[in-house]
Amino acid sequence: MIRDQEFLKDIASYCIENAKKLGATDVGVKVIHSVSENVSFRNKKLDESNRADSFAVNLTTYIEKKKSSINSSDLSKSNLEKLIQRCIDATKITPSDENNSLPDKDLMSKEIRDLNLYDETHYPNDKKIEFLKKVEETASTDEKIVNTEAGFTENKNNFILANSNGFLGGYKTSNFSSSCVAVSRINGAMERDYEFGSTRFLKDMMGPEEIGKIAADKAIKKLGPKKIKSERIGVIFDKRISKGILSTLASAISASAIARGTSFLKDQINSEVFPNSINIIDDPKIEKGLGSQNFDSEGVETNSLKLVENGILKNYLIDTYYGKKLNLKSNGRSGGTTNLYFENGTLSFKDLLNSEKKFLYITETIGHGGNIITGDYSVGASGFMVEDGELTYPVSEITIAGNFKEMFKNITLANDLEMKYSTNAPTLLINQMTVAGK
Amino acid sequence: MSNFFKETDIDTSQAEAIVTETLKNCDDGELYLENHKSESIVLDDNKIKSSTYNSDQGYGFRAVTGEVVAYSHSNDISKESLRKSSDNLKDTLKSKKGTYNHEIPKTNSKYYENINPIESKTFDSKIDLLKSVNNYLRSKGSIVNQVTANFLGEHKSIEIIRSDNQILKDDRPLVRFNVSVVLEKDGKKETGVYGVGGRQSYDDYLKDGSWKDVCDEAFRIANVNLESKPAPAGEMKVVLGPGWPAILIHEAIGHGLEGDFNRKKTSAFHNLMGQQVASEGVTIVDDGTLHQRRGSLTIDDEGTPTENTVLIENGILKNYMQDRLNARLMGTKSTGSGRRESYKHVVLPRMRNTMMLSGKYSQDEMISSVDKGIFAVSFGGGQVDITSGKFVFNCTEAYEINNGKIGSPIKGATLIGDGPSILKEVSLVGNDMKLDPGIGTCGKAGQGVPVGVAQPSILINKMTVGGTKL
Repeated sequence: MIRDQEFLKDIASYCIENAKKLGATDVGVKVIHSVSENVSFRNKKLDESNRADSFAVNLTTYIEKKKSSINSSDLSKSNLEKLIQRCIDATKITPSDENNSLPDKDLMSKEIRDLNLYDETHYPNDKKIEFLKKVEETASTDEKIVNTEAGFTENKNNFILANSNGFLGGYKTSNFSSSCVAVSRINGAMERDYEFGSTRFLKDMMGPEEIGKIAADKAIKKLGPKKIKSERIGVIFDKRISKGILSTLASAISASAIARGTSFLKDQINSEVFPNSINIIDDPKIEKGLGSQNFDSEGVETNSLKLVENGILKNYLIDTYYGKKLNLKSNGRSGGTTNLYFENGTLSFKDLLNSEKKFLYITETIGHGGNIITGDYSVGASGFMVEDGELTYPVSEITIAGNFKEMFKNITLANDLEMKYSTNAPTLLINQMTVAGK
Repeated sequence: MSNFFKETDIDTSQAEAIVTETLKNCDDGELYLENHKSESIVLDDNKIKSSTYNSDQGYGFRAVTGEVVAYSHSNDISKESLRKSSDNLKDTLKSKKGTYNHEIPKTNSKYYENINPIESKTFDSKIDLLKSVNNYLRSKGSIVNQVTANFLGEHKSIEIIRSDNQILKDDRPLVRFNVSVVLEKDGKKETGVYGVGGRQSYDDYLKDGSWKDVCDEAFRIANVNLESKPAPAGEMKVVLGPGWPAILIHEAIGHGLEGDFNRKKTSAFHNLMGQQVASEGVTIVDDGTLHQRRGSLTIDDEGTPTENTVLIENGILKNYMQDRLNARLMGTKSTGSGRRESYKHVVLPRMRNTMMLSGKYSQDEMISSVDKGIFAVSFGGGQVDITSGKFVFNCTEAYEINNGKIGSPIKGATLIGDGPSILKEVSLVGNDMKLDPGIGTCGKAGQGVPVGVAQPSILINKMTVGGTKL
């Protein structure tokens, strides 16, 4: 059972009072309890069950402009007392930084709206097992599928965030997720692919048959890939990876990267960064949203932000510390983006595939080949060739490369946006990237 | 040494009784207790950006029968919590019947001292050193745009209680010191990163001004990259430098030789035991016994002493890396490769220090044999798709080779290859094997563990370089 708000509040208050008594001028604290239950299956048999029950306290103490932090999983008061003393001792000898402070009082969240983020339904392990059996049965119908793995995880969380300026808030959240990985084989060579669903409410979870079928179909389609010749070509990003473009944008416009001068988008505020048809929104208040929140990790109120409007960069993602450095107010993005998405484009998926004679369609990338400082991008990729609007054959062992600044300016969006993750993008085309193959 | 049951309502013998009772119908399992202290101090943008101390303690209770693993973990070490975990494990395995394997090898070897690196260097002296790093690098001129430096130190005590009162213990220090510098010249910015570490105290790595060597190396790499040209795109010859570039071995071969993927037949290597998988002259081992290395362990996280496991000998596949579960199911012995990130994680077979051993050629011989290709000296990270065997890694320092001569530096590019075939493309193995500086963390199934790598220079006949220049 997940602990209630009163229990967490008691620990948060204890930490603040004690730290103040020992000489802290300001204190911020977060207390978290989470319970997670996971069951996994492999080749239609139970493989693993895992139950996790975790507490955490994150405490930051300030003495004027000096700051230090501790984290602990042991909530006993005797342990906390020792750690608070240690935190204060470290704070005293840490050099001051004029930007260290709690958030401005008038920016703090005032009310907590029920965003429908908690489903109290408990899905017992026996039910999870039934669900997974169906996932794997569907996934292994085709004889080309030689291995399947499936998992179901249920998560319940509760937290309190508090500071010595009187802010205290928190709420419960839940998450249900299920996944299937299928391995296909032909002539001794194997490929794997997957499907994954994650929801706040159990009843919104996609059906087991759907998860199994999608994973198997994708794994079979990848069989017998070819390596293509190196060339410049238009690259279409499948929805599973197109959202990565938004994650790159988020890193490049975080106040920390801007203030430190380590972003390829430094000095680009109010400039055209994308084609003028493109709008990018970060909305924390979507009901049941996987990235939804009432306030950010410092307790600052978060509201919907248009990051990019008609192709023009309008906002950075700002927290208190780097906001002070940039002379800007926090916009509630300590901890990053919330529900981040591209507004839909105008072309249907089919029309996008038909907009040129030949494309490379990428379904998976591997490696961490994005450089936020220079904007250079180079990753391993696999997917399909598209000829006359049809996916003709699978492709693998190639790389795609370019520079984000140019890539951003050459994006065309399809109109098939789905809100499946916390960051979401429709299928998108980047016109002309370098593909390295044979 | 931590006493896990101090200040709890349960003592060691009561915990042992619960373990024995819970595991009586199981093939294997244990109660794993862990106390983990860590500290991170970061200097960034001329300021001490953060100083954080973490204290974490908890247990992971595991029961294994057949192929099924039941796991329950908590940071509440109490009678009630252990009882609840025990019930949970028994419920999962209620329809199974196993026979407990009591056999576990013992060791008197130790590959590191029980020191706590966080306490063995004062907080003040760490702050002072970070400031010195900042001043030293910024004194190199106005092209220095940004300096980040950090200390990461930890001490982990573990205790493994197996059925019938077998108790195994280990205390593990680990440190890492990193420097990253951003240089700016003529509107162009580039980064250089370097670090050192292992299972000793900070001062073993930083004394006598050797921290300046770390700074100089980061500065040198950034400087090289300021002059870099777009990288070529396509298949060509690649010479890898010694040391850290061995993450190619780690990604291309290492993961594919972990026991779980081979038992499950999802690895591209699962039916290649005893076969030629690499050129003659290629020998690869995974060694947990090197003194004070980042990937070394006295015992693994199941209590098995580590060893030096030969994976590939003269091109022939000899062994997989095994934990107890996969070894039992494949009819072999654990190689002391059972590892977990923390008490919150199940055990998986993992790498320790993965090394390709020296051959007989010099690096000069390799470079002069290449008409057109690249020379890769340092890498960022890598990744592999176990099933298809395709792997990548990113160059952070690389040069063109033209007509047997090293040419201009090239921009960071991803290299992609095929694991099962790449080692057959190794045509020359160098005589200059080097260990990495002690900075690697390997990720698998969401668990990060410290690892090491080593290799000599090698010449690869054909690999795809993912640049932008056709």
